[in-house]
Amino acid sequence: MLLKALSRKVDLQFVFGMLGILLFSVISPSVLAESSYKTPDVNQLASLLSDLPGANFKKSALLIKKAEGFVKGAANPELDEVLSGLFKAYLEGKLYFNKSDKQLLILEEIDGQLSLKDPFNNALSGKANKKQIKKIRVNNRLRKALRKSIARLTLFHPHQEVRLSAVGQLMQKLSDENVSLLREAQESEKSKPVREKIDVALALFALDHAEPAIRKQAVTTLAGNMEPAVKAKLDAMLSVNEQGEYLEPSKAVRMEAQSALASIDLKRSIYGFVETVFFGLSLGSVLLLVAIGLSITFGVMGVINMAHGELIMLGAYTTYVLQSLMPNHIGLAVLLSIPAAFVVSGLVGVGIERGVIQFLKERPLETLLATFGISLILQQTVRTIFSPLNRQVITPEWMSGALQINPVLSLTYNRLYVILFSLIVFTLLLLIMKRTVLGLYVRAVSQNRDMAKAMGIRSEWVDAMTFGLGSGVAGLAGVALSQLTNVGPNLGQAYIIDSFMVVVFGGVGNLWGTLVGGLSLGMANKFLEPATGAVLAKIIVLVALVLFIQKRPSGLFPQKGRSVE
Amino acid sequence: MSMPSSNETLQFEHFKQRRQSFLSGTFNSRSAQLFLLVLFIVTVSCSLSNLLLAPDNFLYVDTYTITLMGKYLSYALLALSVDVIWGYCGILSLGHGAFFALGGYAMGMYLMRQIGDRGVYGDPLLPDFMVFLDWKELPWFWQGFDFFPFAILMAMVVPGLLAFVFSTLAFRSRVTGVYLSIMTQALTYALLLAFFRNEMGFGGNNGLTDFKEILGFDLQSDAVRVSLFLITALVLALAYLLSHFILESKFGRVIVALRDAEGRARFVGYKTESYKVWLFVYSAVLAGIAGALYVPQVGIINPGEFSPLNSIEVVVWVAVGGRGLLYGAVLGAIIVNYAKTRFTALMPEAWLFMLGALFVGVTIFLPKGVTGLFDGLFKAKKLPKDTTEGEPS
Repeated sequence: MLLKALSRKVDLQFVFGMLGILLFSVISPSVLAESSYKTPDVNQLASLLSDLPGANFKKSALLIKKAEGFVKGAANPELDEVLSGLFKAYLEGKLYFNKSDKQLLILEEIDGQLSLKDPFNNALSGKANKKQIKKIRVNNRLRKALRKSIARLTLFHPHQEVRLSAVGQLMQKLSDENVSLLREAQESEKSKPVREKIDVALALFALDHAEPAIRKQAVTTLAGNMEPAVKAKLDAMLSVNEQGEYLEPSKAVRMEAQSALASIDLKRSIYGFVETVFFGLSLGSVLLLVAIGLSITFGVMGVINMAHGELIMLGAYTTYVLQSLMPNHIGLAVLLSIPAAFVVSGLVGVGIERGVIQFLKERPLETLLATFGISLILQQTVRTIFSPLNRQVITPEWMSGALQINPVLSLTYNRLYVILFSLIVFTLLLLIMKRTVLGLYVRAVSQNRDMAKAMGIRSEWVDAMTFGLGSGVAGLAGVALSQLTNVGPNLGQAYIIDSFMVVVFGGVGNLWGTLVGGLSLGMANKFLEPATGAVLAKIIVLVALVLFIQKRPSGLFPQKGRSVE
Repeated sequence: MSMPSSNETLQFEHFKQRRQSFLSGTFNSRSAQLFLLVLFIVTVSCSLSNLLLAPDNFLYVDTYTITLMGKYLSYALLALSVDVIWGYCGILSLGHGAFFALGGYAMGMYLMRQIGDRGVYGDPLLPDFMVFLDWKELPWFWQGFDFFPFAILMAMVVPGLLAFVFSTLAFRSRVTGVYLSIMTQALTYALLLAFFRNEMGFGGNNGLTDFKEILGFDLQSDAVRVSLFLITALVLALAYLLSHFILESKFGRVIVALRDAEGRARFVGYKTESYKVWLFVYSAVLAGIAGALYVPQVGIINPGEFSPLNSIEVVVWVAVGGRGLLYGAVLGAIIVNYAKTRFTALMPEAWLFMLGALFVGVTIFLPKGVTGLFDGLFKAKKLPKDTTEGEPS
C-alpha cells in the first residue's frame, strides 16, 4: 500500500519533471531567439555580461566595471536603464540564470506569482521553475561595487531629472563614498540645477568637517536653501546636547548658521504665504463657481433657490455617470461631462422654475421653502439611485500630480485647473450678460420687470432661461467639485450657505461683486485657518459676514439707481 | 417715498379695516378655550391611564407613548414660537432650532451635573467627556448649573440674549425678507460648527447624554415621565395663553400691522424695529423653554439639533398647520411629527420624499395650512353670523 503510494508520488514527480523539461524545450528556443535584441548596443551588453553566470566574485567585479564602462561610453539612455535595472536586481539577490543556456533572468513577483523576466528587454519568460534556474551569488564587496555603479549610472544619466533625483537620493546618506561620487559628478555636470543641488549636498557634508573655517563656508553656501535636510541640519547644529554644550563648538560658525537659518525661515515664510494665497484662490474659485449661478437667479428673480446645492450635486453625479459609462476614457469623460452637466442641471432648473417657482411669484419666502423641499427630494432621489455612499470620481492623469516649484512649494494641478475653469466660466457668463440678447433681456427684467414687459420682453421666458442658465452653471461647479472632493448626496448641502454669503457679500445682481466676494472669502478662510483651525475659521468668517451684512445690507457693490427698491 | 396725504388716509382706513377683519377672523378667544380644553382632556386622561390602569387594559397608554407625546408637545411649543414670529410678524426665521438647542443645552448641563460621580469614569467633579479630554477643572461657563433654577433661567436668558443681539443688529439695519432668513440660517450653522468642536466644552460630537435624574427623581421612572409630560402640556398652555394675550394686546396689533405694511406702520409713528426685536426675543425664549422641556424627555442633546434642516423643518410644521394661527402651529407640529414617527418606522427612505413633497405642496396648494382648509369650510357656513360677531375692541 505504502509502496504503491510512494511509487505514485514518484511517478507524479517524474511526470512533472518531464513536463517541465518539455515546457522548457518549447520555451528555450524562443528565449534563445530573443537573445538578439532590438539594438546592437543591448546585444553587446548582453554578450558582455554573458560571462556572469558561473563567474567567481573577482571576475564578477571586473564584469560589473566593464559593463558600466561600456554603458557610459555608449551614451544611450536605454542602456542606462537596462543596466541599472539589472544591477538593482543583482544587488537584491533577484538575478538568476538559466542552467541550460546561461541566460540571465530576473525573478520577480507579479500578482503574487514568481515570474522570470529578461533583464535586457523586460520580456516575461513564463512562470518560475526553481529547478531550472540558479541564483547569481553576491557578496559584500560586490554589493558595494554595485551600489556605486548604480549611483554612477544614475548620476551620469543623460536625462536631467534622473540626475536630480539621484543627487537627492545620495543626499539622504552622505557617506564618504557617496561624496566622492558627487565630487566626480560635479566636474562633468553641465546643467545648472543639478550642479546647484550637488553643491548643496557637498556643503551639507562639509558641515561635519573638522575645520571651522570650512564649516563656516559651507553654512554660507547653504543660506537661503529650501531643502528640508538643510534646515534640519542647521537646526541640529544650533541645538544643545545633554551637557549643555552646543553641537557646533565654534561660535563664529554658530552665528553664521543662525543668520543662514533666518534667511531660510524668511524664504519659507514667503513661500508659505504664496501657498496660502494659492489655497485661498483655490477655495475662492470654488466659492465663485458655486455662487455665480445663484447670483444670476437671485439677482434677476429675487428668489433664493435652496436646491442650488443639489443642482451642483447633479453636475458631480453626471461626471460620475459619464466616467462609469466610458471607463477607458476617464479624461475624455470629464471633458464631456462639462456640457453634459450643464444640460442636466439646466434642464432640472428649468423644470423647477416651470413646475414650482412660477406659481410662487411675489412670495420669496414661500419660494425658499418650496425649493428647500425640492432639494430634499433631489437628495433622496440620488440616494435611492446611487446609494447614500460616496462615489469615486477618478481624476484624469493630466489633472493629477503637482507643479513642484521648490522643495516647500508645490501647486496641485487639479486646483490649478479649477481656478482656470472658474475664471473661464466667469468670463463666459460676463460675456453672455453683456453681449447677448438674452443678457440684455435678463438685465432689463432684473432692473424693472414691468417696464421690460411693457417693452415686449417675455418675462416668463426670460425667467425660465435665467433659471436654466444659473442652474447649468451650478452643474459646471459640480464637475469641478467632483475633482476636488467626494461625490455624495450631501455634496451640495454644504455649499448653499457659503454661496449665498458670497452673493450677498459681493452685492446682489453683480457678477464682479460675486468674483470679489468669492475670492476674498476664500482668502479670508485660508489665512485664518493656520491660526484658528478650519472650523473656527469658518465660524469667524460667518460671524464677520453676518455683521458685515448688518452694516451694509446690499453688499460690497450695491446696485445703484432707480432699480433699487 | 412720500405719498399724497389723501391717498395715505385712504390707505390707513383700508389698513384699519383689514386689521379689524383679521382680528375677528382669528382671535375669537373661543378657539383658545377649545384648544386648552382639548389639551387638558388629552393629557390628563393619558396620564391617568398610564398611572392607574393595568398594562393589559385596552385603554392603557404605555410610557413610551407618553414620552413621545411629551416630545410632540415640546415640538409644538417650538412651532408656536416660530408661528409667533413668522405668522404674526412675517419674519421667516430659519434658525429657531438654535434657540431650541441652546435651551436644551442649558437643561442638559444641569442634568449632566446631576450625574455626579455615577459616570463611567466616576469623577465626582467633572462630567465624563471632560475627564476623557483630560480637563482638570470645570470651565467657568459650567459654574452654577448644578442649581436647577439657575439652569432654567439660563435656558431662557441665553437664547433671549442671543436673539436680542442678533435681532437688534439685523432689524436696526433693516435687514428683511430672504436676507434675514438666510442670516438666521447662517447663525444656526455657525453654532452647529462651533458645538461640534470638543474645545467648546459642551461634549463635542456626542453632546450631552446618559442622564440619571432630575431634581433627585429617577428620569426613567413612569411617574417622572408622566409628570414631565404634564409639565410640558402645562407650559404649552401657559405659553399659548401668554402669546394669545400679547398678540391681542396693542403690542400685538402693531406687530400684525407691521407685518402687513411695515413702511406705513413706521410712518404712522411706531418704532417698528423695537417691536420686532422684542417679539423676536420673546419667541426665542419660548424656543429655549421648549428645548429645556425636550431634553429630559429624549435623554440626549447633541449639536445635530443646530442643523439648518431641523430649523427649516419647524417652519414646515407651522406651514402645514397654518401660520398666523396659534393652534395651527401646534396642530401642524403634532401632525407632521406623528407622520414622521410612523413613516420613518415603516419606510425610512420614503420619509424625505414625503417631507420634500410637503414643503412644495403646502406652499403651493395650502398657503393657509390644514386649518385654512377647515377655516374655509366653517366660514362658508358661518358667514352671516361672523360679521355680527366683530370684536368690540
